[in-house]
Order: sequence, then structure tokens, then C-alpha cells
Amino acid sequence: MTKIPLQFRHNGRDVAIFVDGGTNLLVALRELIGDMTPKFGCGQGGCGTCSVLIDGELHLSCLTLAETVAGRAVETLDGMKQGPNLHPLQRAFADNFAAQCGYCTPGMLMAAKALLDRNSSPSRADVIEAISGNICRCTGYEPIINAILAAAGGRASA
Amino acid sequence: MAVTVKTFANASEAAGALSSDRSARYLGGGTLVMRALNEGDVSISTIVRAQDQALSRIDASGPRVTLGAGVTFARILAERDLSFLHAPARSIGGPAVRNMGTVGGNLFAPNPYGDFTVALLALDATVAVQGGFGARDIPIEEFLQARDRQAGTLVLSVSCTRPASADAFRYRKIARIKPKGGSVITLAAHLPISGGRIVGARIALGSMAPTQIRARAAERALEGRSLDTATIAAAASAAAEGTSPSDNALGSAWYRREIVGVHLRRLLSGQE
Repeated sequence: MTKIPLQFRHNGRDVAIFVDGGTNLLVALRELIGDMTPKFGCGQGGCGTCSVLIDGELHLSCLTLAETVAGRAVETLDGMKQGPNLHPLQRAFADNFAAQCGYCTPGMLMAAKALLDRNSSPSRADVIEAISGNICRCTGYEPIINAILAAAGGRASA
Repeated sequence: MAVTVKTFANASEAAGALSSDRSARYLGGGTLVMRALNEGDVSISTIVRAQDQALSRIDASGPRVTLGAGVTFARILAERDLSFLHAPARSIGGPAVRNMGTVGGNLFAPNPYGDFTVALLALDATVAVQGGFGARDIPIEEFLQARDRQAGTLVLSVSCTRPASADAFRYRKIARIKPKGGSVITLAAHLPISGGRIVGARIALGSMAPTQIRARAAERALEGRSLDTATIAAAASAAAEGTSPSDNALGSAWYRREIVGVHLRRLLSGQE
């Protein structure tokens, strides 16, 4: 089977890889680029832990055909920290105990970033809607919602 | 297993490739086809794509609304002129799924999905398809009845007439999780009023049969009447007639038959 050449921007850096036909973006990121931050959860679009931003828009990488991102910008959790410093969302997740096992966290952070990039002062309802495609089986969601509100500068108890 | 991906510049070329290969599937937003590939569906050996601007066009300026098959639910939600479709669009997935999932793909989404199609069925939509034979328009009900045989045709767009008022079109999705989750049942009602009477009532149900169906007995109970308590009660008691729901993890067939009338009554009486 012929390999397909694919070029795109990965966290601000140009990457070029060869993919098999039908390869999804999650496999391309993890196995071909070595970015292990997006996780494989369900492979069905039900859990959200593989969430990435494509041209700033939240997408599920496991349901994205890799070659459809040719020439586009893909952002993952790996690109979120700024040098040695955590991104304010990561800091807020740590401060608010928003991660327990941590498996959903990459997707939660990308969903939260997609929200805050468009709406810097979201309501609690906006936050709940923004992470409604992301499943967490540990925290009961409250610490995650509070962390996102805290990162947005809102009151965590609001 | 690797598959062959064929990308075409226009929809008619893609339709040709789709109709000539039984193992080809059209890739829209990916939420159905990529999921099937992830699950190891060996019946798919070719993926067909089209990068045709016409497939993502929205025409919502007049009384007749046309949505390209590749229009996503996120784009519907961003369109003020499509406010009557916001409730069904919002009831689908989380933000990522709404950024990916398309109007055309939703026509093929099996239970417990396909909620947007329930709304389109109540709105008597028309589906424009292109197969090996050329392009044609099919009433959505006919399209759904033959859905298993539509794999070789490419959906180009869906059109419907804008409801006369916000009150004339109603939608309700029952899910176990809020704000997101697969459908236990989904209901949509189009109730055009003429001279105080309902003329051309349409009730559509999701997860009450293998495909989305019309509740014809409930429609008959509403037709030519005013939307009063007695009429609503008659429609609600007829809601399960002609349905054939299945058991799944979200609810049993018995449960679906029990609640469909309750939720139809609430929908028709404007209760939350």
C-alpha cells in the first residue's frame, strides 16, 4: 500500500510524515510524530480525550482522517505550556485538583482552551457546555469546571 | 488495515467513484466512517472525499432553506437565520462533534444518533442526491425508508421550508446525560396553523424504529383540530402506534413505548 506524504503545522512547527491510507490523526500524532499528549480513549467520538485544535477549532483526532489536516495548524496539549511555565489553564487544573487519574485531562484542557480562546469570561453554563463532549470518571466534573472558571478569572465558587 | 483514499475536486466526480465501488464510503465529518474504520470495519476499502465548496453552502435567506451536505452543526448554530434548527443542532454531541459532524452524515447516523434528521423529517425536507444515474431530489421519508440501499449515492444537500413561526416547530431530545448523550427518544413536531386549526401536522420520532419515522397516528389526531388539551391527549395516546423500537443500553423497547406519549404531550403543550 502506498504511503501518503503529509505536511502540516504541529504546535507551531512544520512537520512532514508519511501515512497509510485511512490513518487517523491521533495515530499520526502519537506514533509518527511522537506527541503522546492526545490520548486514545474510545475511538468512537464519545470520550473526548483525543481532542486537539485544528485551525483553532476543537476536533476529535481519532475521528479525523490524517490527510485532511494537510497544510493546516494542529495544536495539542504538548504545545500549551510556555517554556518552563505551565499555561494558566494547566496551573488552574493543578490548583483546583481538576485531575485525578489524568487520562481525560489533555482533552479537557484543549476543550477549555477552545472555549477561552473565543470567550474570555465564560459563564458556568458555557464551561459545562464546552466540556460536554469530554468524559471524566474521577472528579465528578466540579473541580474541572471550577478550574476553567478560575483560569478565566472568574470566581471558582460562582 | 489500510484503505485507499480518493479525493475529488467536485461532487459529481466523487459521486461517480462512490457509485462504481460497493466497498467505498463517502467521508463527511468523519464521525461515522472513521469510527467504523477504528472499529475494524473491513467492508470499507475505499474512502471517497470531495473538496467541493458547493457541499458546504448555506442558503438561508428566503423561505426555502438549503443546507449543503457538508455543513456542520457548529455552522448551523452560528447562523442567526437558522434559529429554528438551533435546538436540534445543539442537542448533538459536544463542541468537537458539532465542529465535525455534518447534515448529510446525520442522515446515515444509526440509533441512538441521527437527531438532526428527526427535525428534518418533521419539516418534510427534500434530500438532493447524486448517483451513477445523475442528480435527483427525494422526499426525506422515502430516502430514510431506503437508507440501507443509499450507500452508493452521494447526498449533495437538504432543503426544507422555514416554519411560519417559532411556535410551529418544536423539538425535544430525551437523553440520560445532560447536556450531552445518545438519544433515548427524540421528537420533533411541525404544526402549521391555519385559521386556528392545524393543517399538515408532522410528528417525527427518533430511536422508535430502525430509522427515524413519522408518527402518523398522532399526526391524524392533530390534523384539522386546534391544539387544545383533548387534541394533545389524543395525539399522545396514539404516539407509539406503528413504532418498532429496540432495546439498547440507553433504554428498553418497552420503556420507549411507555414514554413516547408522555414526551409528545409535553412537547405539544409547551412544557419544559
